[in-house]
Amino acid sequence: MVESVYSRLEPLLPRVRKPIQYIGGELNSVLKDWESAQVRWCLMYPDAYEVGLPNQGLQILYEVLNGCDGVLAERTYSVWPDLEALMREHGIPQFTVDGHRPVGEFDLLGVSFATELGYTNLLTALDLSGIPLAAADRDDSHPVVLAGGHAAFNPEPIAEFIDGAVLGDGEQAVLTVTSLVRDWKAAGRPGGRDGLLLRLAIDGGVYVPRFYDVTYLADGRIGSVRPNRPGVPGSVAKHTLMDLDDWPYPGKPLVPVAETVHERYSVEIFRGCTRGCRFCQAGMITRPVRERSKATITSMVETGLAATGFSEVGLLSLSSSDHSEIHEVARGLASQYEGTKTGLSLPSTRVDSFNVTLADELTRGGRRSGLTFAPEGGSDRIRKVINKMVTEEDLIRTVTTAYSSGWRQVKLYFMCGLPTETDEDVMAIAGLAKRVIKAGREATGRRDIRATVSIGGFVPKPHTPFQWTAQCPAQTVDARLRALAGALRSDPGYGRSIGFRYHDGQPSIIEGLLSRGDRRVAGVIRAVWEDGGRFDGWSEHFAFDRWARAAQTALAGTPVDLDWYTTRERGYEEILPWDHLDAGLDRDWLWQDWQDAVAPGGAAEVDDCRWTPCYECGVCPAMGTEIQTSPMGVPGGRTSLPLIPTAASPAVSTEAGRG
Amino acid sequence: MAESVQHLRVRYAKHGRMRFASHRDIARAVERGVRKARLPIAYSAGFTPHPKISYAGAAATGMASEAEYLELALTSPCAPEAVRAGLDAALPDGIDVIEVTERGTEPPFARLEASQWQVTLPGVSHAVAQTAVGEFLAADRVEVERLTKKGPRRMDARAAVISMELDRRADGAPGDDCGILRMVVRHTTPAVRPDDILAALDSVAGLAPSAPPLVTRLAQGLLDRGCEA
Repeated sequence: MVESVYSRLEPLLPRVRKPIQYIGGELNSVLKDWESAQVRWCLMYPDAYEVGLPNQGLQILYEVLNGCDGVLAERTYSVWPDLEALMREHGIPQFTVDGHRPVGEFDLLGVSFATELGYTNLLTALDLSGIPLAAADRDDSHPVVLAGGHAAFNPEPIAEFIDGAVLGDGEQAVLTVTSLVRDWKAAGRPGGRDGLLLRLAIDGGVYVPRFYDVTYLADGRIGSVRPNRPGVPGSVAKHTLMDLDDWPYPGKPLVPVAETVHERYSVEIFRGCTRGCRFCQAGMITRPVRERSKATITSMVETGLAATGFSEVGLLSLSSSDHSEIHEVARGLASQYEGTKTGLSLPSTRVDSFNVTLADELTRGGRRSGLTFAPEGGSDRIRKVINKMVTEEDLIRTVTTAYSSGWRQVKLYFMCGLPTETDEDVMAIAGLAKRVIKAGREATGRRDIRATVSIGGFVPKPHTPFQWTAQCPAQTVDARLRALAGALRSDPGYGRSIGFRYHDGQPSIIEGLLSRGDRRVAGVIRAVWEDGGRFDGWSEHFAFDRWARAAQTALAGTPVDLDWYTTRERGYEEILPWDHLDAGLDRDWLWQDWQDAVAPGGAAEVDDCRWTPCYECGVCPAMGTEIQTSPMGVPGGRTSLPLIPTAASPAVSTEAGRG
Repeated sequence: MAESVQHLRVRYAKHGRMRFASHRDIARAVERGVRKARLPIAYSAGFTPHPKISYAGAAATGMASEAEYLELALTSPCAPEAVRAGLDAALPDGIDVIEVTERGTEPPFARLEASQWQVTLPGVSHAVAQTAVGEFLAADRVEVERLTKKGPRRMDARAAVISMELDRRADGAPGDDCGILRMVVRHTTPAVRPDDILAALDSVAGLAPSAPPLVTRLAQGLLDRGCEA
């Protein structure tokens, strides 16, 4: 019998900040009977509840799993240090918010990593659960710890702490894992924990790090990665859900009582992206494009709103206005919900004039406060390097259209430290922002329009053309950001109309270490955690010095160090830590794209393959599939930018309070 | 903008786990509940219209209540019982709609003059609590200080307390380690809250529970009608 820890937790709650985040009981949450379930999942988002609750991936899996007979899924989130201390003092284990059951009692602990900065929080949760940190120390009584999410495409830095990683779409993958666990338990657990992991590795499409041996060369590079058990695949492929219309989740989204970062009904209108931005890991690893039909989107919005009472709908994807029927979808929803005080928004859309029209359509009758554009690079040259195909002329025209249709505030997102970047590329942002304001003032005859420049350090990611690049040192990034800040403020005619927000270079370096690290980085993560490292995605908790110190200690005696993992360029021949993990992308295609980016004569651009058939990246042939768009689809304009209406009325789309 | 034609007074409870909901949490939940229940709620005019829902003084985060009040302005008349059932179904367990009535022509929340509270004091025996209550009631003034957003604020906790007694049920029972206090507290400005009164009991008689007390508002109402809504 597994008991709820709530009665022991309750007296502690008045002593912590925001106790509401620990109580569960959300509308549409599910609490199933423990005894009658054969397979029990605990799903974790390794960040605070306010960030984790709205996570789509976790909500989808929660609903898919709880929809199965004999399967139970509950959720857990990271507890803040104030509660962590009290739990340790009173011997209360990490618990689920649904049944307040101890996490250590479940069969499986599935952890979704949207970012690598959640790794220390994984260790806190394992430790509070009474689960040994090292997978090798666990026995049959402990849950199988599985990592998912985008960071799972290179789980090597946490290979020591996880039993397995699931790459790609989770909907079918969790069901496969579930049935293997069910069969294994029913058969009397043949082979124990090892036996189960072997089944998962061979039949479940799960990457099980312990079944792969990694050797290193004298200079620190990887010598080889080889399976050490018969039957285990040499390369582990990602999971791809081919028909999103068959999986209309979430249908009954969780409605939190606590305040969270997104309070809306989100429907994913397609998965994948073919824009080919060279920095973008999400765009690369989620290929190919798979659209939801207009009919499915419409019915999901209807049932989602009815099930929740939310007043905002987000049409999600990596580049929402690329949906082949986006205009029909937007117009249909705008008409259907006109006068109902329902806000519609397209986070992550590209903008050309067509898309400003789209944003106008979505906000008709409502407030037009802010739009977000992401040119990412300040000069035409650097935008070619990253394959973000938009000229300054396009950008100015688009922004002017936005100001002219009543939008008052434009946010411009950039990155600093991109490959081949010079001081001039970054300083070009200042000129661009001023020309945006100037054009906007001319077009509208108003002085109250504003632009905010938001910029952070670029982090090279696995499975992208930039996986080989040297990361820009934090000092260089910080120096460029300081110079840019000065240039933006220098001109009193524009200074007040241009806001500036930036992220320091140091956190990006640690994110870089965790993104492209190998198994040796586990020691660094553990040392940071032992030194008190928690919630590294939050600027008030992140401590660069702690990470730098831990890297020095944990990597002492090896030929590698923090710089080696981050600011070092990799060669074609080098075995990358994630080369045995298959995101469907052809390695030579990635390499060629990397070479095209840094070609001495200037970067070569790559077309969007959604409209021009192309099989070069390797995804379609490997998956036996094609890019899926609606027959109604028409090619959109080629020059475009992401756009986010930041406050479609009456939206409450807050940005996460992190930085 | 459709006009309000009906004002409904809603009594609801927040209890169990939901006692940890803040007033803002409750307000967001109610706003969504109203939409989910498809009630014809009126909206304010202006640039960003808000649903017309108003709240009587809310029990603080961590305190339970069987008697919170809010008022809905509707653009078409609805049967109060249908609103009660619909809204209750649209809210999470623990935020429960108990009663819905028409407000009529009375001013909003006119009847809410005082509250009856129950306070469970872990680790405080009946006898110790009895002494503390006696000393508190015997005092003319008991000043306490509370940190508010506007800085420290002093108030007389004694003046707001109409009555205070111990629940006899706990007296001498086996395992008597939990005094249960009942009190009627007048709504004043600035408000004297149950935690202010507990601070006062501590200051006059050193009453210190071993764990955070469980505070529940049992009723709100007119003073001369014995605290019934």
